[in-house]
Amino acid sequence: MAKAHVKMTVNGREIEALAEPRTLLIHFLREQLELTGPHIGCETGHCGACTVDLDGRSVKSCNMFVAQADGANVTTIEGIQGEGGGMHVLQEMFREHHGLQCGYCTPGMITRAYRLLQETPDPTEEEVRFGLAGNLCRCTGYQNIVKAVLAAAAQMNASKEAAE
Amino acid sequence: MIPAKFEYHRPDTLSEAVALLAHHGDDARVIAGGQSLTPMMKLRLAAPGHLVDLQAIAELRARGSVAGFVKIGATCRQAELITDESISRLCPLLREAALQIADPQVRNMGTIGGNVANGDPGNDMPGLMQCLNAVFALQGPKGGREVAARDYYEAAYVTSAADDEILTLIKIPTPPIGHGWAYEKQKRKIGDYATAAAAVLLTKTNGVCDSASIAMTNLGETPLFAEEAGKLLVGSTLDEAALKAAAKAAVAITEPAEDGRGPVEFKRAVAEVMLLRALKRAAGRAQ
Repeated sequence: MAKAHVKMTVNGREIEALAEPRTLLIHFLREQLELTGPHIGCETGHCGACTVDLDGRSVKSCNMFVAQADGANVTTIEGIQGEGGGMHVLQEMFREHHGLQCGYCTPGMITRAYRLLQETPDPTEEEVRFGLAGNLCRCTGYQNIVKAVLAAAAQMNASKEAAE
Repeated sequence: MIPAKFEYHRPDTLSEAVALLAHHGDDARVIAGGQSLTPMMKLRLAAPGHLVDLQAIAELRARGSVAGFVKIGATCRQAELITDESISRLCPLLREAALQIADPQVRNMGTIGGNVANGDPGNDMPGLMQCLNAVFALQGPKGGREVAARDYYEAAYVTSAADDEILTLIKIPTPPIGHGWAYEKQKRKIGDYATAAAAVLLTKTNGVCDSASIAMTNLGETPLFAEEAGKLLVGSTLDEAALKAAAKAAVAITEPAEDGRGPVEFKRAVAEVMLLRALKRAAGRAQ
């Protein structure tokens, strides 16, 4: 079966490529676009390490075909950065609060948390836990991950207020 | 985890999608969010030669409230149901149940149509649809027809829809103002199917129950509508004894299979707890 022509915007860049429709989005991103930030953890749709942002919502890129994402706007961890190109507040807070141990789940955690804080800018601890329920950390470092996300939310809200 | 090869189609209209299914027969499958089908294809438990993606068909995404019905297009995503204030106000049971399905990423892709269409006994929406007495609209090459959710499920993964029919719309009679509702689900962890789950919808007037509907998830090959158990409540004051009797009557029709979630007796016991909790909460909410 012929390869299909796919077009999408990835991290703000228009891309065009040939791919078999059955290619999973995660494989396309990692192997064809060499965006190895999103990870393959379980490859069964459970762990969330492959989380990317697709048209403004968090999805698991191991659980969709590249053909389904044709025409979409995709953001991976590589596309998440602070103003001026440095680390995003979430990344800084993960570092400060020890929100990562082995680091394998971190791209998925941060990509999901990035969207969560846009959906719910001032979340409670419970909302953070519920919002990150699709991301597993096998180091079981959840406590500090939640702390990091809450700290990032506080900092983002404070700088928003200061700007107003 | 590489699925078998397939040809991908993304029709813009329902009639094109129906024509594709008619042309390719049982070698074609429709895909909406793909949160059930894609894992099956990765495991090669499903290997359709043609995949018909419904995402571009605008009419399948429409939803709203019309003439006594809440109408939800098949490709409405679980996350959209949760954030739809109007539907949540008219039928809060939908939101309560959708929040208990899988996790945020899966709810962002997974659709209500996909959840109800395939007859997976682990899915939550089929039981819910039986509780709500929903009707499914199906479109095939010979035209459209409607099937009640209570008649749709025949066995695990076997439904009354034909291979060339697409489930397009879900019609839910808008529950009366002041009704009570609850969906109670026991699961081992986030993302797991229910060990047992119960949906309840009831109404009362001057403290006396005048209608009650009870359905259950993952306690048999199909979702289970506990018609007799619901009838037991009508005319009662929804007191503890009446709720217990209804829960027992509902448990009596369950046929759970032993699996990793536990043996049969355990599942029946959990079912009774879920039923009682749902009944109590619904009774407390009814006005």
